[in-house]
Amino acid sequence: MGSRSFLSKLRDGDEIARLVTFIFAGSVVLITLLLVFELWRESYLPRHKFGFGFFVTSVWDPIFDKFGALPFIYGTVVTAAVALLIAVPLGIGAAIFLAELAPARVSDTLQFFIDLLAAVPSVIYGLLGVFIVIPMMRQYIQPALKNSLGFLPFFQGPAYGVGFLTAGMVLAIMVIPYIISVSREVLISVPRDQREAALALGSTRWESTWKVVLPFARTGIMGSIFLALARALGETMAVTMVIGNTPTISASLFSPGYSIAAVIANEFTEATGDLYLQSLIELGLVLFLLTFLLNGMARLLIVVTSQRGSGMGQA
Amino acid sequence: MSRRLRWRKFVSHFMLTMTGLCALVAVAVLFFILGYLVYHGGTSISWNFFTKLPAPVGETGGGMANAIVGSAKLLLLACLLGVPIGFFGAIYLAEFSGGTIAFVVRYAADLLNGVPSIVIGIFAYSLVVLPFKHFSTLAGGFALGLMMIPITLRSTEEFLRAVPRALREGAMALGASQWKTIASVVVPAAYRGILTAILLAFARVAGETAPLLFTAFGNRFWSPGWAQPTASLPVMIFTYAIAPYDDWHRQAWAAGLVLLGLILIINIIARVILSRGVAVPRT
Repeated sequence: MGSRSFLSKLRDGDEIARLVTFIFAGSVVLITLLLVFELWRESYLPRHKFGFGFFVTSVWDPIFDKFGALPFIYGTVVTAAVALLIAVPLGIGAAIFLAELAPARVSDTLQFFIDLLAAVPSVIYGLLGVFIVIPMMRQYIQPALKNSLGFLPFFQGPAYGVGFLTAGMVLAIMVIPYIISVSREVLISVPRDQREAALALGSTRWESTWKVVLPFARTGIMGSIFLALARALGETMAVTMVIGNTPTISASLFSPGYSIAAVIANEFTEATGDLYLQSLIELGLVLFLLTFLLNGMARLLIVVTSQRGSGMGQA
Repeated sequence: MSRRLRWRKFVSHFMLTMTGLCALVAVAVLFFILGYLVYHGGTSISWNFFTKLPAPVGETGGGMANAIVGSAKLLLLACLLGVPIGFFGAIYLAEFSGGTIAFVVRYAADLLNGVPSIVIGIFAYSLVVLPFKHFSTLAGGFALGLMMIPITLRSTEEFLRAVPRALREGAMALGASQWKTIASVVVPAAYRGILTAILLAFARVAGETAPLLFTAFGNRFWSPGWAQPTASLPVMIFTYAIAPYDDWHRQAWAAGLVLLGLILIINIIARVILSRGVAVPRT
């Protein structure tokens, strides 16, 4: 191949094929750059008018052109935190079962269902959230939490059904498949000898998992959590449908709230005036930067672990 | 057996049972979702759902024919944008490039893949809706197409790379040029994988709602051509679910069943296609 001249490659069409496919591949880079550029350019007004104050003030008043994003940032962070608190133990537990205990056939079948679960669109989760989870929260879960843990500031106030806790729970259900899939892959890549060595030293199956396999896979599992966090932060429809859409900052998880993605979804088409619209776009920019950082870190961690796994396996 | 050992064994059994329960709960969620949708959706779906326009507000009855057609048009546009860029881009990555350019393209694709769908909506709004001055099928299809690109690109590249080197070398040894090798040997060898990649990308964007809210917007009537706002199934589910009318709730369930059914069937087909294919060894 190397001996062929440029001209003969051109005649065979190779150079043309390379150029054509290069244009398609290059357009991906172009689109991504354009996306960042547009978000930056279209959020010029609020960036200059409010500066950093945009992130730390909590008045969102389109009539007086005052825009502070704090309640939305708070809502996004709180719901994502609740989601992770529920999803991480459940997801990692399930991943341990799939990777360590279940026979290959069972594991693959369950993974198939998990993959299907990951394919369920977010508006469907929202639909079930509105008609199943909200009534359930209002009637059973929130009163129960109030009776048992009501002395904590998180579980006080009236039970509306909608709110931070409900949004966090729906998010948890949505991100569990991601945590399971990635953690399972990472756990499977842990070399066999690690487990066998622990078992040979007399540890029980759980001890070998808890003290040897999990520490080995720790960075990769962290990666799966970051990935889930990025999803949870950017999730729009399901959250919009169950969070209550009221900009509040409250310690109580029963309180209705608002998230960055939800406010964009609800107000974008109704935004009158450039400052209003651009404030929403700046929120989009914030969301973009957050998920960009988290996804980057997640990828790094997952790659580091799987490389360590394969490296040890060969040694 | 000492007490300590018995305790350790108990802990081991207990914790491992708990992990099994976690897995059970996770999978059970899928069946809960399916069960509820089949139950509520199945009782409210009817022939009218597929053939009638939405009834005027306050009247019961009507269907979502315009949303079904709208979704089909949006997805057609999305494929027209997403599949060629994803497919040819993947060929460039797998066959022609190495080093820096490939790294940059992959990085950009992964970045694009991680962008929250609502942000994709903002992008499509400022790029298509603003210049044309109104919401349109075109803008919605553009937004969905953008989301298809990275999924198609990255998985197609994986499948192309999985084609053994020996096949390529064999074709070249027979005197085929590089692009002829790709077109007549590499792509046919990987076609099941590529089809799977495209189907999965399609299924992923078929349920996307957020990017359509302010690009395709919504419409209670037919949307002629490509430059008008259009209804779509996911957005209809959203608006109907949060509306205060019982009849709309019933239709939202029906639409949810149709949408989820479509997406799960495509997913299953994609996985069946892949598993039937000859396993290609990695080299």
